[in-house]
Amino acid sequence: MKLILHIWRQRGPNDAGKMVSYDVPDASPEMSFLEMLDVLNERLIEKGEEPVAFDHDCREGICGMCGIVINGIPHGPRPATTTCQLHMRTFNDGDQIFLEPWRAKAFPVVRDLVVDRSAFDRVISAGGFVSVNTGSAPEANSVPVAKKDADLAMDAAQCIGCGACVAACPNASAMLFTSAKVSHLGILPQGRPEAATRVQKMVSQMDAEGFGNCTNTRECEAACPKSIGVEFIARMNREYLCAALTDRPEAEGGGGV
Amino acid sequence: MTIELKSNIPSGPMEGKWEKHRFEMKLVNPANKRKYTILVVGTGLAGASAAASLAELGYKVKAFCFQDSPRRAHSIAAQGGINAAKNYCNDGDSVHRLFYDTVKGGDYRAREANVHRLAEISVSIIDQCVAQGVPFAREYGGLLANRSFGGTQVSRTFYARGQTGQQLLLGAYPALQRQIGLGAVQMFPRTEMLDVILVNGAARGIVVRNLVTGRIESHTGDAVCLATGGYGNLFYLSTNAKGCNVTAIWRAHRRGALMANPCFTQIHPTCIPVSGEYQSKLTLMSESLRNDGRIWVPKEKGDKRPAAQIPEDQRDYYLERRYPSFGNLVPRDVASRAAKAACDEGRGVGPGGLGVYLDFGDAIRRLGEKTIADKYGNLFEMYERITDENPYRTPMRIYPAIHYTMGGLWVDYNLMSTIPGLFVLGEANFSDHGANRLGASALMQGLADGYFIIPYTIGHYLANAKLEKVEPDAPACKAVIEEVAGRTARLLGVKGRRSPDSFHKELGKVMWDNCGMGRNAAGLQKAIQRIPEIREEFWKNISVLGTGEQLNQQLEKAGRVADFLEFGELTCRDALHREESCGGHFREEHQTPDGEAKRDDEKFAYVAAWEWKGEGQKPELNKEPLTFEIVHPTQRSYK
Ligand SMILES: Cc1cc2nc3c(=O)[nH]c(=O)nc-3n(C[C@H](O)[C@H](O)[C@H](O)COP(=O)(O)OP(=O)(O)OC[C@H]3O[C@@H](n4cnc5c(N)ncnc54)[C@H](O)[C@@H]3O)c2cc1C
Ligand code: FES
Repeated sequence: MKLILHIWRQRGPNDAGKMVSYDVPDASPEMSFLEMLDVLNERLIEKGEEPVAFDHDCREGICGMCGIVINGIPHGPRPATTTCQLHMRTFNDGDQIFLEPWRAKAFPVVRDLVVDRSAFDRVISAGGFVSVNTGSAPEANSVPVAKKDADLAMDAAQCIGCGACVAACPNASAMLFTSAKVSHLGILPQGRPEAATRVQKMVSQMDAEGFGNCTNTRECEAACPKSIGVEFIARMNREYLCAALTDRPEAEGGGGV
Repeated sequence: MTIELKSNIPSGPMEGKWEKHRFEMKLVNPANKRKYTILVVGTGLAGASAAASLAELGYKVKAFCFQDSPRRAHSIAAQGGINAAKNYCNDGDSVHRLFYDTVKGGDYRAREANVHRLAEISVSIIDQCVAQGVPFAREYGGLLANRSFGGTQVSRTFYARGQTGQQLLLGAYPALQRQIGLGAVQMFPRTEMLDVILVNGAARGIVVRNLVTGRIESHTGDAVCLATGGYGNLFYLSTNAKGCNVTAIWRAHRRGALMANPCFTQIHPTCIPVSGEYQSKLTLMSESLRNDGRIWVPKEKGDKRPAAQIPEDQRDYYLERRYPSFGNLVPRDVASRAAKAACDEGRGVGPGGLGVYLDFGDAIRRLGEKTIADKYGNLFEMYERITDENPYRTPMRIYPAIHYTMGGLWVDYNLMSTIPGLFVLGEANFSDHGANRLGASALMQGLADGYFIIPYTIGHYLANAKLEKVEPDAPACKAVIEEVAGRTARLLGVKGRRSPDSFHKELGKVMWDNCGMGRNAAGLQKAIQRIPEIREEFWKNISVLGTGEQLNQQLEKAGRVADFLEFGELTCRDALHREESCGGHFREEHQTPDGEAKRDDEKFAYVAAWEWKGEGQKPELNKEPLTFEIVHPTQRSYK
């Protein structure tokens, strides 16, 4: 396959960036997208040009490290697929492909396609946990959890924290990310005692980081490589409202949707 | 002079050792804990659980990882599950059986006392994780579900779909983030540790490079924990994440920590075969697939018909044939070697004949497609995405790949290396898995080390050690900073023509060909001769563009490859000296007439711990003899 890539190049956080074009004359359909970039980078090094910086690690769609806006879509055209799991057979011979970093105020560019997503870690620090010290846990089977609740919690817990939801949102909102964590823990009995404080603290940290508001465009859901749905945002909104009204944990267990 | 390796295993009966040791270890007064600073390098399951637990106890902790967030450590990729001796299935499991299986599975090259402790702790790990909100799979009654996994006959594996590592790390990482929020842990992401600082012989600090600004600086403290994961990427192609490396433990080795059993590497039988030259990593298909999939190759050599056209009686279900009682569930080393043997006979399938079938046809007929989709849907999807083949219709093609490394820095029962104050946790230590790790045991070990062992043993060390404060600008720190800066400058200064990846691939091929699934003296000697030549060429011809004062991914890679180039040679030396076959280490000269591994307990029932003797010098071998009080060595038989 012959391809023309247009890639965002930016030396550092304070430098101006620009799109630069590169030919890739010999991509193969079996290659992954990142392997195609490896091939480009090897060639750039041979020519004495600095290779394109991009984040990646597991290359299995689970660590959440990779993330490129490909032809305007975070992680590219294949639904429910991270950049590292995208294969070149998704593209056609002769295609022009545009590669850009996540763009959001809360995710400043570090270099080329690499951005700083530490805001997500701070949102977790604000309350995305169950406060249980090592060694203090009761016997694991002492609290049964209905299978449907465990499954729903798992649906939310699959979030890989890649930030595609933010990159896809016209407001650069982090509602899908935050709601996935709030829901994962809020659905489980183990997470209920702190549910009200958790949602308030995480939402307020999210705002402080400069993420935008949710205006229900649902672009986040479409971009999410783990198919996490906007129903978790609705669930978080309910949890938030409830917490704000009562300012103390709900009395009931709140297991179902 | 050889070093005396003190394992510090407590005396007394096996079942009571850990309990007794916990009582006998000294405690640090709660008010004094905050006076100690502990540096934790790595935030995978081992590092994150250690950092969080130590901070909960009141220690000041600084934690480091090279990814942009602690949540992305390679532990996140573990799929299949985590073992624990809960016996929830009432199928005969117990602490003793998990202990027994692990010692036997490790082919009698692990320390019994460590393994017993691991089995004891396994049950508390599950309690801890459930309390943190880890959404393990459950039965309809609301209780936890279990499955059997990788070479065991009881169901003791806990799992969260095919994403167990992710969910366990999303238990440990928030625990760590909570401590960061409380100010008890200071976190340094995108920071790579490049050396250890010793003061009066004890580990007192580390030198790191900030990967964004390029700044090289020191951090000091009272103890250092390395939880930096495995070195599978020595082979270039492996199931490990691209960033996995040996640098942290190799640098510690060069400062005096002994490296144990580096040749014990695990090859996983169920990975997607290589598809081309550009291949950058191999993808694991969880071993849980072997519970329902049947492995076969054509009976005839060179039979190139599509799988569907090969009739039942012309298929060789070679694992079921050779190992009737374990069948497709034989341990990893056995399954991998059998696949290699079938391919070596010319019966392999797919491009290049390097693959065997993993067939779900029978299981789908028996259980229905829906049940299979419920169990393995995400794995099937992943397979299809990568290969463009639908495993519900045609059998999967799989081939073994490097997956896990049992070797690592030598540690005593307290997880301390031969450098006082330098502790090693998780896959980075030489671990409790002997010569072969059973499935679902690495997650267990990482979390045992981090949550339940290091919090005790580090206190014991600190309470006994007399440590004076070391400032980050002390002469010892400055000297190491200078060395690290010098090495970085050297990498940038060669200005050669070849990329770090090209060297890495070359080394990986030498390792895989000579120190992979089958090893022999001639091949290993060839590798020991070849690797220094590649190393020499590396330092003459490496190209690292750009500067050191910025994010420079080539520079990061080059540094890691340079260390692999030294470490690879040691690995081959270890493999050459071990004149026996055991676990993942198969020496072709040492096999039974029917091709099974032949151990030599008389000569090799020891841990090989290698000592760095300086650049260009031969490493020196030290031995820790292994004794077996309870699980007496026999030939492992899975027939
Ligand atoms: C695909 C796959 C599937 C697996 N599935 C299972 C399974 O089902 N069950 C099971 O029990 N085991 C499984 N394993 C094995 C298991 O996942 C690992 O052994 C385990 O997670 C290792 O954990 P760790 O904490 O020791 O290291 P890791 O999780 O690898 O963490 C290493 C940490 O060290 C940091 N680091 C490394 N070097 C440096 C440095 N120089 N400076 C700073 N930081 C550094 C990294 O940033 C990272 O934070 C699997 C492994 C793979 C590859
Ligand atoms: S590299 Fe890990 S998700 Fe893509």
